[in-house]
Amino acid sequence: MPVESDGDPAARAAAGTHPVHNLWRLRPYLRPYAAEFAWLLVAGLAGTAAGIAVPLVVQRVVDGPVARHEPAGLLQLGGLALLLGVVEAVLIFIRRWVQSSSAVGMEAALRADVYAHLQRLPTSFHDRWQSGQLLSRITSDLSVIRRFLSFGVFFLVLNLTTYVVVVVLLINLHPALGVLVAASAVPLLLISRRFGRHYHAASRRMQDQQGDVATLVEETAQGLRTMKAYGRGPELAARFAGAARRLHDTGVGKGRLLANTSALLDLVPNVTLGVVLAAGAAAAAQGALTIGELVAFVSLQLMLIWPVQSLGWIIANGQEAATAADRIQEVLDTPPEIVDSAGAVALPRDAVHGRLRFERVSFSYPGATTGVLREIDLTIEPGETLALVGATGSGKSTLLSLVPRLHDVSTGRITLDGHDLRELRLASLRRLVGVAFEEPTLFSMSVRENLTLGRPDAGDDEIRAALALAQADFAYDLPWGLATRVGEQGLSLSGGQRQRLALARAVLGRPAVLVMDDPLSALDVHTEALVEAALRRVLRDSTSLLVVHRPSTIALADRVALLEDGRITATGRHSDLLATVPAYRALLAAEPPAGHPPAGASGPSSSPSDGWGLVRS
Amino acid sequence: MSVPEQAAPPPEEEPELTRWRGTATDPEADRSRAEDTSPEAVARLRRLSRTLLGDLLRPHRRRLAAAVALLLAQNAAAMAGPYLVMIGIDRAIPPLRAGDAGPLVTVAGAFAVAAVTEYAARRGFLTLSARIGQAVLLDLRQRVFGHFLRLSVGFHERYTSGRMVSRLTSDLDSIAELVDGGIDSLVLAGLSILSVAAILLWLDLPLAAVTLFAFPFLFWLSRWFARSSASAYRRTRDAVALVIVHFVESMRGIRAVQAFRREPRNQRIFVALGDDYRRSSLHAFRLIATYSPAIKLIGNVTVAVVLCYGGWRVLGGQTEIGVLAAFLLYLRRFFEPMQELSQFYNSLQSATAALEKLAGVLDERPAVAEPARPTPLPTGPRRGELIFRAVGFGYRADTPILCRLELTVPAGQTVALIGPTGAGKSTIAKLVARFHDPDTGTVRLDGVDLRDVRDADLRRAVVLVTQENHLFSGTVAENIRFGCPGADDAAVQAAARAIGAHDFIAALPEGYATQVHRRGGRLSAGQRQLVAFARAFLADPTVLILDEATSSLDVPTERLVQRALGTILRDRTALVIAHRLSTVETADRVLVLDGGRVVEDGPPAVLAEADGRYAALHRQWRDSLI
Ligand SMILES: Nc1ncnc2c1ncn2[C@@H]1O[C@H](COP(=O)(O)OP(=O)(O)OP(=O)(O)O)[C@@H](O)[C@H]1O
Ligand SMILES: Nc1ncnc2c1ncn2[C@@H]1O[C@H](COP(=O)(O)OP(=O)(O)OP(=O)(O)O)[C@@H](O)[C@H]1O
Ligand SMILES: [Mg+2]
Ligand SMILES: [Mg+2]
Repeated sequence: MPVESDGDPAARAAAGTHPVHNLWRLRPYLRPYAAEFAWLLVAGLAGTAAGIAVPLVVQRVVDGPVARHEPAGLLQLGGLALLLGVVEAVLIFIRRWVQSSSAVGMEAALRADVYAHLQRLPTSFHDRWQSGQLLSRITSDLSVIRRFLSFGVFFLVLNLTTYVVVVVLLINLHPALGVLVAASAVPLLLISRRFGRHYHAASRRMQDQQGDVATLVEETAQGLRTMKAYGRGPELAARFAGAARRLHDTGVGKGRLLANTSALLDLVPNVTLGVVLAAGAAAAAQGALTIGELVAFVSLQLMLIWPVQSLGWIIANGQEAATAADRIQEVLDTPPEIVDSAGAVALPRDAVHGRLRFERVSFSYPGATTGVLREIDLTIEPGETLALVGATGSGKSTLLSLVPRLHDVSTGRITLDGHDLRELRLASLRRLVGVAFEEPTLFSMSVRENLTLGRPDAGDDEIRAALALAQADFAYDLPWGLATRVGEQGLSLSGGQRQRLALARAVLGRPAVLVMDDPLSALDVHTEALVEAALRRVLRDSTSLLVVHRPSTIALADRVALLEDGRITATGRHSDLLATVPAYRALLAAEPPAGHPPAGASGPSSSPSDGWGLVRS
Repeated sequence: MSVPEQAAPPPEEEPELTRWRGTATDPEADRSRAEDTSPEAVARLRRLSRTLLGDLLRPHRRRLAAAVALLLAQNAAAMAGPYLVMIGIDRAIPPLRAGDAGPLVTVAGAFAVAAVTEYAARRGFLTLSARIGQAVLLDLRQRVFGHFLRLSVGFHERYTSGRMVSRLTSDLDSIAELVDGGIDSLVLAGLSILSVAAILLWLDLPLAAVTLFAFPFLFWLSRWFARSSASAYRRTRDAVALVIVHFVESMRGIRAVQAFRREPRNQRIFVALGDDYRRSSLHAFRLIATYSPAIKLIGNVTVAVVLCYGGWRVLGGQTEIGVLAAFLLYLRRFFEPMQELSQFYNSLQSATAALEKLAGVLDERPAVAEPARPTPLPTGPRRGELIFRAVGFGYRADTPILCRLELTVPAGQTVALIGPTGAGKSTIAKLVARFHDPDTGTVRLDGVDLRDVRDADLRRAVVLVTQENHLFSGTVAENIRFGCPGADDAAVQAAARAIGAHDFIAALPEGYATQVHRRGGRLSAGQRQLVAFARAFLADPTVLILDEATSSLDVPTERLVQRALGTILRDRTALVIAHRLSTVETADRVLVLDGGRVVEDGPPAVLAEADGRYAALHRQWRDSLI
């Protein structure tokens, strides 16, 4: 589990962020509904008042018409009770109607903002955080908050008001008994305080465990083929069972806590009622209280049962909401590190020549002790193609990820036409740079949408050209052509088809700078030659940086740089490096296939000619 | 939203928001049976979910009975309150006036007993019901997860991981919500309504008759609510699943999202999906916002009517005043739980909709099923003979990928599969690993049709290293051990050493205990492939299928792996799919595949000399070498 996602709530509380504080910080989301909330409160209070008034009417009925044998007054008061009843129902209707729209509106707005923030957070954040933990925040946690803000808070206010009003009325009816009822609030407070403290920890644990379960499910879903391939279903099921059982145990613990507390909370008003009854009967016997008053007193007191009973639930709900808010704030509080700096400029495509310079660039992943890249100095001239060669794990992909600023350099700087990349608008920079990752990242949406990811304005001709270049015309032959949905991760395509789509996406719209990570690794020799021939034309117009493992692809490059252990140890023409740099030669020279003369003799320049011949024919 | 807006988003964006998903290749792709909305399907799902609920509760029969007993006790104790009030007023006050406190003491004592009983019973019931509820949730969670694991690769491709996540999180959450706060109130409220009705009848028949007049309205209202909220909640379940699907996918592809400035459009889509969800929940909430006050209204009107009529009866001397008081108190106890009931009825509807979805998943039959009568694979030396007999296969009915494929791979042979991309190489691999079953013909391993082999046996015999190798978050060692869960650290290290991955792993900050992060993001692409390779090596199968397992390695590393393969594969059947002919050269036999057919077949040296495709490819490749 990443450190951030199970941030110890106690530690956070100690650090000064009280959990309720985080809930309070969500108030901007309620602001659009301020007027509605005012209405709500008025309707709620008025409704409650109408509800409370009914027992008073009952008292009048018993003491008045019934005692005095006046049928006329009976009808009047009955009519009043009816009126009050109808008003109460209508007010409840208004309150609930209004409440529902503000609650779901608030939830949707908060969810959209969390999502927007997550999209802004850099890849390093996403690497560290478990996706399920993020997911459970925008689903479970948000709905807990929604429930609290729409019902919990409201009932808290309403029930407290009811409690106070009823107690005041009771004191009015009979001061001594009323004070007795008021005193019963003390044990209630003590019980709920203790409960709140325990429940807080439990609900945070539960939410984190929910995130763990979500993570496990998501990982399993995504690694399903691997799971199947090794028949590891039982192991994964056992792992899941472990997580689910932990959730179960926490749930049972929470249930026990709630059971104990709510039974206790129930006991208090019942005991009070008993005492009131006994004392009231005594008072009535002495004539200090009419029977009607006693009935009213008791029925008023019964009105306290629900507010008290619901107290446990409201506190539980409130604690859950507070911890959920805490979890959401953890995300919202993470500052996006890679953002537009003040005064960042946008570079129009036409104004860009494309001179890309790495100046003493070092980079290390957050939390790592050793740097991956060290003092890289490298210049790629406009229109030039530089191939980056290096052993597995030498830092090639890392270097490429610095260009579209998926990571920022640790020290040094990268410039494009003399502008530090960090001084360019992020959107502008990323529009100028076309990227092909080593893993073709496709989404379960139409082929067209996958191609035009960030450029919904791309025209059909542009798409056609890009697809032709990547030898990906197969896309038109899919059942619905470009409107066909490719499966999740593009899994309904073959490996080579995926890679070619990703390539087409990178070159779409002729970016000024192209960075491509081993873009032809999944292609067969023949297709590779075809793509290379087509690419060659595009590469002339763009400054390109490509990672290459295969000697065959190096022919695309004007120049080669050798990356060893995070440093550029040699740059130059392929044939020169081959002749002069042993490390380079070791990395690229295949062992001569049996029965053939050492291949070095044939030289690289002659190599791909067959491939182009194929294209031209 | 503070996302930087792209320059002038095209105004025709709105209708486009629905089109971005594209058309699924399979018209059924969007809805498993759990998402069908036709009346028959809905009725079927209802039935299924009821059966499922019965199944889930059956093991807890005893506890349920105990819970009900506790509940009855609690209910009885709670009901005693107003009755004691009545007795107190009618029977204890007059003697008290005469100086006799006895009856009052009795009433107070009874009251205390009732209160304590209620406390104990409530506490016991709540604890027990939490236990039952959590146990049911645990059971359900495990069942659904286990079933997802059994469903075929094809199903998951359609269903998408996001939907699976949504079933196992959001749907289960809404059931948990009911379990957490609902069941007791639901049962309790139901019980107290019944018992109050009985008491009312017993107290005063004519007054009770007036009250009963409210029943038809209550019934009619509840039926309306049940119907409309069921379909409303079904819609919310679908809507939230789409939100989750989109979320999961965009977070997974966040690098591409950011590099291609997809954020604004993603945001619009997400907001649109969220809005859809908002609207469907709003609809559901509005139903309850109507239902619950309507119940209240009926209650209040009844109270007013009873007040008048009861008062009139007291005037007429037909009833005692204490009875009227008790009656009114009971009425409160009657309609108050109705309110709660309506609230929890709502959770129940939401949970039912979720349960239906889960029942639909559980009802899904695995397309690649475990055999009813499994045949054991023969044991002994030199196993691993693979035979394709007239195999026809297509992912969609209208586009066959393989046509009457005939292929025999003798035990121990290493076969290289090459061919242009999209030729069907991976498809063959997936058939051997039984991700799919062939449409026609059979695939046999050592003479046994794969459809008759138990999954566990098959997996022990056949291991496929897929083109899209996946690392789970966890340590490097755990990921290698995935190949053979019983292996100790030494075996894990030996496997890594054998394929040349040990050096880089040892150089990681925490060596084998280094966390690889989500999908192995902590490692480079080549390092991931090495780990996946070590995993396959550790699994030690009779048939090893390598689908471009070395495509991201640098040349020297690949050579190391190749050398290791030379020893590993000596007495094993192997299907090696590769575009780098260096891998192919070491094979015993090469199959050139094109359009789902084997177009050339023979030892590499022989094919290289012939004048066919392989020879052409071979030449081209050799020329590209330095
Ligand atoms: N998120 C990360 N956190 C820490 N270290 C990382 C992270 N990603 C990669 N590394 C390490 O940084 C080094 C360089 O990784 P990189 O992906 O850049 O290699 P590469 O040159 O592209 O290798 P390959 O050819 O295998 O793709 C590797 O040793 C890797 O383990
Ligand atoms: N899950 C799937 N659903 C639908 N069609 C698929 C699926 N997987 C593959 N296909 C299609 O089947 C054909 C063969 O795919 P396959 O993956 O077997 O090709 P391949 O020979 O492995 O190619 P590559 O070398 O590119 O990996 C392709 O046209 C592909 O689009
Ligand atoms: Mg890489
Ligand atoms: Mg393939």
